[in-house]
Amino acid sequence: MAIAQTRFAQARQDALRARIAGLELPKTGWSATARADARARLTEMGLPHKRDEYWRYTDPTPLNGGVETAEPFTFDDETMVFTGIDRLQLVFVDGVFDAGASDPLALAGVEISRLADTGADIHWARDLYGVLEARGQTPVQRPFATLNTAFANDGVMIRVTGKATKPISFIYLHNSDSSDAVLHHCIKVEAGAELTILENGPAAARLNTVMEVEIAEGGRFHHIRTQGRDRDRSAVTHLFARLGREALFKSFTLTANGRLTRNEAVIELSGDDAVAHIAGAAVGDGAFHHDDTVFVIHDALRCESRQVFKKVLKNGAVGVFQGKILVRDGAQKTDGYQISQALLLDGDSQFLAKPELEIYADDVICSHGSTTGAIDETALFYLRSRGVPEKAAQSLLVLAFLAEALDEIEDSALAEDIRSRMENWLSRHGG
Amino acid sequence: MLEIKNLHVKLEEEDKVILNGLNLTVEAGNVHAIMGPNGSGKSTLSYVLAGRDGYEVTDGSARLEGDDLLEMKPEERAAAGLFLAFQYPVEIPGVGNMTFLRTAVNAQRKARGGEELSAGDFLKLVRAKAKALKIDAEMLKRPVNVGFSGGEKKRNEILQMAMLEPKMCILDETDSGLDVDAMKLVSEGVNALRDAGRAFLVITHYQRLLDHIKPDVVHIMAAGRIVRTGGPELALEVEKNGYADILSEVV
Repeated sequence: MAIAQTRFAQARQDALRARIAGLELPKTGWSATARADARARLTEMGLPHKRDEYWRYTDPTPLNGGVETAEPFTFDDETMVFTGIDRLQLVFVDGVFDAGASDPLALAGVEISRLADTGADIHWARDLYGVLEARGQTPVQRPFATLNTAFANDGVMIRVTGKATKPISFIYLHNSDSSDAVLHHCIKVEAGAELTILENGPAAARLNTVMEVEIAEGGRFHHIRTQGRDRDRSAVTHLFARLGREALFKSFTLTANGRLTRNEAVIELSGDDAVAHIAGAAVGDGAFHHDDTVFVIHDALRCESRQVFKKVLKNGAVGVFQGKILVRDGAQKTDGYQISQALLLDGDSQFLAKPELEIYADDVICSHGSTTGAIDETALFYLRSRGVPEKAAQSLLVLAFLAEALDEIEDSALAEDIRSRMENWLSRHGG
Repeated sequence: MLEIKNLHVKLEEEDKVILNGLNLTVEAGNVHAIMGPNGSGKSTLSYVLAGRDGYEVTDGSARLEGDDLLEMKPEERAAAGLFLAFQYPVEIPGVGNMTFLRTAVNAQRKARGGEELSAGDFLKLVRAKAKALKIDAEMLKRPVNVGFSGGEKKRNEILQMAMLEPKMCILDETDSGLDVDAMKLVSEGVNALRDAGRAFLVITHYQRLLDHIKPDVVHIMAAGRIVRTGGPELALEVEKNGYADILSEVV
């Protein structure tokens, strides 16, 4: 192992040099210290190598070095998701905030500032920016998140002090075929406050996002994200969350297409009676590699966590799930659940799963399961025997398979919007 | 209504002949019963007629109102008016019973060139039919057959039949797993659908069911063929003496 590490250390440093060539670290502003610290940590780590255990199922090469071009997304007849939802819209074009296309940054009970606005001194954000990311570097390193902390060129800092009257929606547009976006958002939900964040759109040829979410006592945070129809984009995203006492965190991601998507999440349950649910539905046809890498840490009493990840794959698409629940010593009465399932619509696709439990408390309930299967032929025949045409019957079964993940969206209008996107995708891709 | 001639069927995966020259004609307005020992090919017959994969028809024909059933996909057979009440109704987690029923009803209406039912009209219709079968709102909301008792599953089959209003209904051992009350309920559901334009093929092991659903014709099936045909008294004879006597006569 030591020899291998030495051997790949050089490759890691080479990848880092290639990746950050031309990027500059902001020298001023409230985030400068955190960025300099991240830059130093990054130098220690280097960037991932495909021989790293943690990148065993996903080749990080497209995320290292120079950006591979990806054509911008053109709209067809389908409107963008969330169009009918009343929301505060923040538009980013190729990873840069577009004030003209966005709503004014004003919402009752919410403070919103741009990361790029270096003149402002956002005191609260100093305690969050790069902090959860740095905490999330053990036991495995996540260099792309550290790179993001150091070099993020935009993003928003949101502090929620009340119950937000509508969701804040990040809309990512992709115009340039070589855009390389690095976005960093911080969200602080104060005690008893509540916010929903929506994210959608293709974003860039290559996208690196970090979202750090701190939820204080009794705070509630909902996150619903879609990763768009851009065929060639590659993306690596990190979601870091820390929950206080009785806090609630719910995140759902729908991924359709994209050449490479790695969604990492690190969720720390640090206050008693906190609840964290994270779910994902991924649908891939052809050159599609989708990786969910999730780490949930129970570090308090009576917390509940759920991980629900479903993938529908065809024509050589690849799905990856690496999910871990860590129950620390003393985190008694933990209720942890993890399920990862893939539905392979043909023999060419594959699903690679590595579910893990690590438990140091003796009074806990933790269950996990992982399955790979095909469409249930008996159920398909049953539906067809009632007159449902084959493709419609297959869609019905695929949607049924995805339902458990979709159920994690609390808001029914948002859930319906996402469900209709899944349905449209299935009809475009022949069930 | 249904005309089966010299039907030969074998299992696709193994070279095993299941149906061996079966002839059967069911006229509109009639109820035919098929009885026979285990392994005689009764369930295979129902699956082959409904279009399930895994069977190979090596000879013969099956026609519904003159149309070649064997050329049609399962959904086309359903749209043409064929319905199979399954011996083991399939559980489909994640698909609501109501969604399933509505999708099926509207798919068939569409296939026949008709208008889809509005959500309101559908709801009214399904509630009325469900009530007669003592299927409550809770059962309609649940995923298809998931967590249903044996009796609930069979009642759900009859509800689907009542909603889809097929011309040719095949009931594959609908009485299996039913207690006396449930059997009565299911039979009443079937009898309510009996009319001059509709035919039934009731597959059963026991004469019991035929006390409730009175057949016009009873067939005895053995080794993949109909070996004897008679009136309702044939079922009583089987009940009394078993199949051995009949089979020894024909062999």
